[in-house]
Amino acid sequence: MNKEKQLFTISVYTENNIGLLNRISAIFQRRHINIESLNISPSEIEGVAKFTIVVHMTEEDVKKIIGQIEKQVEVIKAYYHNDEETIYQISGLFKIKSKLLFEEPQIQNIVKESNARIVTVNKDFFVLEKSGKKEEVVALYNQLSVFGIMQYTRSGRVAITKEEMKISELLETYNN
Amino acid sequence: METQTIKNQEKAAKVTERISGSEAIVRCLIAEDVKIIYGYPGGAIMPVYDELYKYQDKIHHVLSRHEQGATHSAQGFARISGKVGVAIATSGPGATNLITGIADAQIDSTPMVCITGQVPSHLLGSDAFQETDIVGISTPVTKWNCQVTRAADIPAALAKAFYIARSGRPGPVLVDITKDAQFEEFDFSYEKCTKVRSYVPIPKTLTGTLEAAAKIINAARKPLIVWGQGIVLSEAEEQFKAFVEKAGIPAAWTILGASALPTSHPLNVGMLGMHGNYAPNKLTNECDVLIAIGMRFDDRVTGKLDEYARQAKVIHFEIDPAEIDKNVKTDVAVLGDAKATLDAILPLINTNSHKEWHQQFKDLYEIEYEKVIKGDLYPTKEGLTMGEVIKEINIQSKGDAAIVTDVGQHQMIACRYAEFNKTKSNITSGGLGTMGFGLPAAIGAKMAAPDREVVSISGDGGYQMTIQELGTIFQQKAAVKIVVLNNDFLGMVRQWQQLFFEKRYASTEMVNPNFVAIAEGYYIKAKKVTKREELAGAVKEMMESKEAYFLEVCVEKEGNVFPMVPSGASVSEIRLA
Repeated sequence: MNKEKQLFTISVYTENNIGLLNRISAIFQRRHINIESLNISPSEIEGVAKFTIVVHMTEEDVKKIIGQIEKQVEVIKAYYHNDEETIYQISGLFKIKSKLLFEEPQIQNIVKESNARIVTVNKDFFVLEKSGKKEEVVALYNQLSVFGIMQYTRSGRVAITKEEMKISELLETYNN
Repeated sequence: METQTIKNQEKAAKVTERISGSEAIVRCLIAEDVKIIYGYPGGAIMPVYDELYKYQDKIHHVLSRHEQGATHSAQGFARISGKVGVAIATSGPGATNLITGIADAQIDSTPMVCITGQVPSHLLGSDAFQETDIVGISTPVTKWNCQVTRAADIPAALAKAFYIARSGRPGPVLVDITKDAQFEEFDFSYEKCTKVRSYVPIPKTLTGTLEAAAKIINAARKPLIVWGQGIVLSEAEEQFKAFVEKAGIPAAWTILGASALPTSHPLNVGMLGMHGNYAPNKLTNECDVLIAIGMRFDDRVTGKLDEYARQAKVIHFEIDPAEIDKNVKTDVAVLGDAKATLDAILPLINTNSHKEWHQQFKDLYEIEYEKVIKGDLYPTKEGLTMGEVIKEINIQSKGDAAIVTDVGQHQMIACRYAEFNKTKSNITSGGLGTMGFGLPAAIGAKMAAPDREVVSISGDGGYQMTIQELGTIFQQKAAVKIVVLNNDFLGMVRQWQQLFFEKRYASTEMVNPNFVAIAEGYYIKAKKVTKREELAGAVKEMMESKEAYFLEVCVEKEGNVFPMVPSGASVSEIRLA
């Protein structure tokens, strides 16, 4: 098994439950593992939530973590995948002074080339949205930061696996 | 058809009844066949106590003297009976005082349901009087927990709590119930929980794993079985014995596995780990196949992992998939409940005797006997040893007593030397190492099994951590036999200070009170022994007593527990002195 640390996307399918986030994050905390990003959303199955957790660790350790996550009563199933096995995106939002659009014409080129989307514009500021790999969002940040950014925020990773998850089938077997 | 519908409606009408949430809590306990609970009243749980007053013919509430005592009593109850222990407390400090017992039950897989009162729901999050986020606090140390703010949710929450606590790998659960939910009236009905969708209590045994395990076991020349509490929790003692005997394999136990196979059984080769027996520790690093059953390779058992049984093929029978490969890499993992998997593997196992391999254990036992055991049990020097006290208890109990220990040197000595004929006879805090566990756990054990002799053995340190439970013993007339092995030291820490901190005895010397006077203050018969010639008679008198009895034995001040695997060393580096 690979002993090198690498990025893993952990997908956890759970019952919607107050306090489950605490239970799951405690597993990482105990082992001093930094959560690189975390996203909780509904999944493709009604009533089932999906945690998408990105961590940087060895495969050996991620397996142990998966075991301890699955042990939680309200967790249906947990998986881990590396970047090659997933399709993943993040999203970044940038708030920039509107007058810079006229004062710094390069900004218009940067926006065009980066395939960023203008979400809103008013006389004081405009908001750019850029989805993609983290590196692309960071690159855009680096390009824009020289002009001054009023606000910048980045989402956690959302990911879809190439492999089938088969959660519905699993739930079927649990129900019977 | 119509009459059938009417009949069904009548039936439905009969099973629901309009009662308060607090009465529902008590009715749920009754429905779960709970007869004894341990607890301490207070503001936010008072409606439940009011109902307990009304239902006292059905449920016996034991007033502990501290909520920690209540949890340990519930644990002792669970460990000797295999049933779910129940502890109950108020909000705030009442609830936080449960935490040590809950953490202990979590790491030792003890089924326990804790019910806490909580401030009314409209005050939640407002820093109200005696409000604490007990669900948040208990999350990392419970198998499951939840908060209930509506009376109508109480039956389902408690049904789920009992089911989760006792099923699969057991553990503690906590249900926090707001005071308004206790007062609120609703239509009560109770249905036992038999399934939680996302929860698999017993994993499926993977196809081929039993056959693969049997093949390795049958080909083994020097196999060693290491078993843990899984045998006891699954009540697989018979299956285990049959397996051990047919395969003819020496079997060693973790501290929580003790008593699952009688001490006198010829294939029982003793305790594993830091203060375990010489042979099983040494030979762990010589066996060719290590068969772990219902144990979790705790660091106190394995010593240095990099040098633990590296030469052996490892087979792990385990109910909790998270334990597989957690500490020790397995070659074959047999998932499932030990009772079922042992039953299933038995026909696949060849009859064997491994005579020469056994002789190695016997030879090492002889060395341990000469260098350690003889001096512990039959000392010739002045000063009583802890070992000879255990030996006297063995003589009087004939190995039939349940031994409840606290934590420290006395615990190791008791586990090493106590004779166990019956299962569920060794009740101790293994994983958490909770000083103060023993005395209240013994109360729970005695009340769960009043026909059994229950001997609580503590050191002078741990005893004083929950000494207030003497009040519970007195009030409940619990006929617990209490032994304190007094060396006026926190002995285990002192031993480490002697061996690894150049005898700097930092805060380990205890200036102790008159223990006999304290016991007598609670009207408990008490005696103190300081000389060898008084010991046998005093132990006999204690064991023959029909009531609770306190015996203080003043043992040598600086006795050490050996053998010992030094912290961080390999099990085969076990020291005899």
